[in-house]
Amino acid sequence: MKREIPLAILLITGLFMIFQYFVPHYAISDIASKIQQWAIIITSGAALLGIANLLRVSLDQAIARKQDWMYKWVVIVSLVVTGVSGIVGGIEPGTFFNDMIYFHMYTPMASTMYATLAFFIASAAFRAFRVRSWQAWLLACTALLVMLGRIPFGKMIWGDFPQFVDWIMNVPNTVAQRAILIGAALGAVATGLKMIFGIERSWLGGGD
Amino acid sequence: MFQRILIALLLIFLVSVSYSRDLGLIARDVPNDAGFAIRLNWQPIPIPPNIHIHRFYLERGVQPEGPFQKVTDLKSDDTSYVDDGSNRNPNSLKPNTNVWYRLKIEYAMAFRQGDSLLVDTLNRVIVSSETVGPVQAKPSWVNPKRLIVIFLITIYFLLILFFTRRARKGLSLFVRKIAGLSALDEAIGRATEMGKPVLYCPGSQGVDNIQTIASMIILTEVSRRTAEYDVPIIVPLMSAFVVPVAEEAVRSGALNAGRPDAFQPDNIRFLSEEQFAYTAGVSGIMLRERPAANLFMGAFFAESLILSEVGFSTGAIQIAGTSNVHQLPFFVVACDYTLIGEEYFAASSYISKDPGLLGTLKGTDWIKIFTIAVIVIGAILETFGLTGFTKLFEIQ
Amino acid sequence: MSSVWTKINHLDKRWIYLFVLLAVALPLILPINLPLSPSGPVMSFYKAIESIPKGSIVLISNDYDPGSKAELYPMTEAVLYHLFKRNCRVVMLSLFPAGPPMSERAVARVTEDLPNLQYGTDFVNLGYKDGREAVLVEMGRSIRSAFPKDYRGIPYDSIALLKEVENYSSFALVISISVGYPGTKEYVQYAQGRFNLKLLAGAAAVSVPEYSAYYNSGQLSGMLTGISGAAEYEELIGRRALAAKAIDAQAIGHMVIILLIVLGNVAWFVTKGKKNHE
Repeated sequence: MKREIPLAILLITGLFMIFQYFVPHYAISDIASKIQQWAIIITSGAALLGIANLLRVSLDQAIARKQDWMYKWVVIVSLVVTGVSGIVGGIEPGTFFNDMIYFHMYTPMASTMYATLAFFIASAAFRAFRVRSWQAWLLACTALLVMLGRIPFGKMIWGDFPQFVDWIMNVPNTVAQRAILIGAALGAVATGLKMIFGIERSWLGGGD
Repeated sequence: MFQRILIALLLIFLVSVSYSRDLGLIARDVPNDAGFAIRLNWQPIPIPPNIHIHRFYLERGVQPEGPFQKVTDLKSDDTSYVDDGSNRNPNSLKPNTNVWYRLKIEYAMAFRQGDSLLVDTLNRVIVSSETVGPVQAKPSWVNPKRLIVIFLITIYFLLILFFTRRARKGLSLFVRKIAGLSALDEAIGRATEMGKPVLYCPGSQGVDNIQTIASMIILTEVSRRTAEYDVPIIVPLMSAFVVPVAEEAVRSGALNAGRPDAFQPDNIRFLSEEQFAYTAGVSGIMLRERPAANLFMGAFFAESLILSEVGFSTGAIQIAGTSNVHQLPFFVVACDYTLIGEEYFAASSYISKDPGLLGTLKGTDWIKIFTIAVIVIGAILETFGLTGFTKLFEIQ
Repeated sequence: MSSVWTKINHLDKRWIYLFVLLAVALPLILPINLPLSPSGPVMSFYKAIESIPKGSIVLISNDYDPGSKAELYPMTEAVLYHLFKRNCRVVMLSLFPAGPPMSERAVARVTEDLPNLQYGTDFVNLGYKDGREAVLVEMGRSIRSAFPKDYRGIPYDSIALLKEVENYSSFALVISISVGYPGTKEYVQYAQGRFNLKLLAGAAAVSVPEYSAYYNSGQLSGMLTGISGAAEYEELIGRRALAAKAIDAQAIGHMVIILLIVLGNVAWFVTKGKKNHE
């Protein structure tokens, strides 16, 4: 039964959601809309699940003084202070949460993480763009042209450089993108169908 | 005084002209919908010189003689509007109910003074268009513009079913080698030799994303193998809702391997719903716990390169899979193997070697051939100006 | 000489990080003011705003968080400035939980230059709403039902500007400034065609390949991509600000990466040739 009931729920809701796509009548679309609203509510409620998991894992390690236990306290204290300051003091401009935590802590930290991309892109490009084959030549040359065409230096070198780069992006690039997207979309549909019709059951677990 | 007389005369003229003017208002039910919408079209409204449209709005009534209530304000150059009652407000349009519509225009005099326009809002004249109706918003049981999709899905499903049955009957199916998935054993083997864990990132989206669902299926297979080899598997998560699903996937993998004790709930870790807090958390795990293999399977965004570069710096063997096309280049340069688009969705079938699941790959191949044929035929016919075939595939 | 190439071939990545740091930081400290010329999508974006009647109401969806502030915030400021200069009124919202303060900050900065603007009559921040695509569809029916209160907790019906806002049809333009999911792609898929929106996009540079298809098909009426798009747009509206400074850094950064790729390849060829010779 542990397998049959979830399979039945998936089959019924899965088929219904496919069915409602073809039946616009409000009697059907109202039920579909309710199902989607449940999904939003359940997903929002899952935040509590995440917090519970985070606290359980972090508190266990912090109290038992396992490896790197001090970082776990940082996580726990940050979570509590952020949550309490937002709930008690509000989140509008001028509050401790907005001014101190959001703008003076969260914003610079998140921006720093994003900024590390610049360094990682450079080191990855230096390592990866070795022209070991003619395909690699093609890839490296295209990358160089696009990079050059996207900055003011490109136009200084050749007036139509940006238009040329636009052509690369709009024609050869779009062709490849669409091919990958069509393949991926078919794969996604196959995954959905496999699950709805019970061909793929590994997600149900190994129990009875 | 003279100016006021002029205004009055002009407004009287305007009223007489406008009362007799037919704005060509047409109200029609919007076809193939839930039954809450009526489309209205009309001719552009005339704006004589020195006359300002102070207000322009649409009214609806349930009797031709009224009373009418305002539906919406319109811009003076609007020529169409869809009265959509799907918000279910008390005053909204209801299905299967007779309604009548009319447009109302409030004209006022306007004077230009330098760059600014002065409008005499005290002297306004309200003009009504003709009343049209009765019209009903009718719900449709079938949207014929989408039937092609159900046709294609049915063909797709029948193909999958056909090949799945053939495979289960023992017919061998050739599946080309996918290097990234063949390397999975190598990665887990290396982790076993080094006594280090395997890190599995299922992307940054929730369980409503098909990539995350596919990732959970792959996770079940990967955790079966890690359990067989007695290698810990760490699963850092960005979506809280994925926590129980990931726990179940890893538990199932361990059970399938006959090693239920291999499941360690503390290794399924929710880190943060914030993209870069999660990225920092995973990077920390990579640097502190030094996993021997990093598997990135799911929907990734800007965190892809940061994660894979940090993973590269720790010397881990890295395998990525995603159908987020814009992140593929980052994984390709920083990981040892990358599953591109459909390869990613084929992964669970490929790893499990389950004949039924392999059959679905064959079905997908045939539908792909069909898609290519449709694209080629469509492109040729469109080139020669024959649009009928393409129109078959238009959906609304 | 070949030992130099060997060293370059095995260059410690910390050197690369140092070059990138200098390439990015120096132009920010010492701007070089590179000439800018707007590309097609940027020009279309500008023209779309110029073509709407003065006083129109425009929706801006700031769908990003502080992580992508460096790339997307400058265009938020520039777009707001342009709209306010044209006496347009602006309704802002976010599909990212950490997005609304970005809108607040951008308006606060722009109102320093244009001080007569009033909250509630000239602009409103509706804040964040969970539900992703469902919110986009709901707004097509009723914005009031999707956002019963604004970011500051003021009821919808108590805000003067919102009295003129019912659903998407109340907006002359919808502008989606987004970094990922949910964002511009979802606006195109769930709202643009369905509710007949005139949609403009501001996107991170990495999304260009994906969104170009939408721009080419006319689903997007204009597009600003990354810092370069924002800088070109600043040039068009005559307010060189954050993006114009950043484009210098980006251009030099690109040049350094190009140089590194070329250098890496030369070093690899020379050392490979040497190995073969041996």
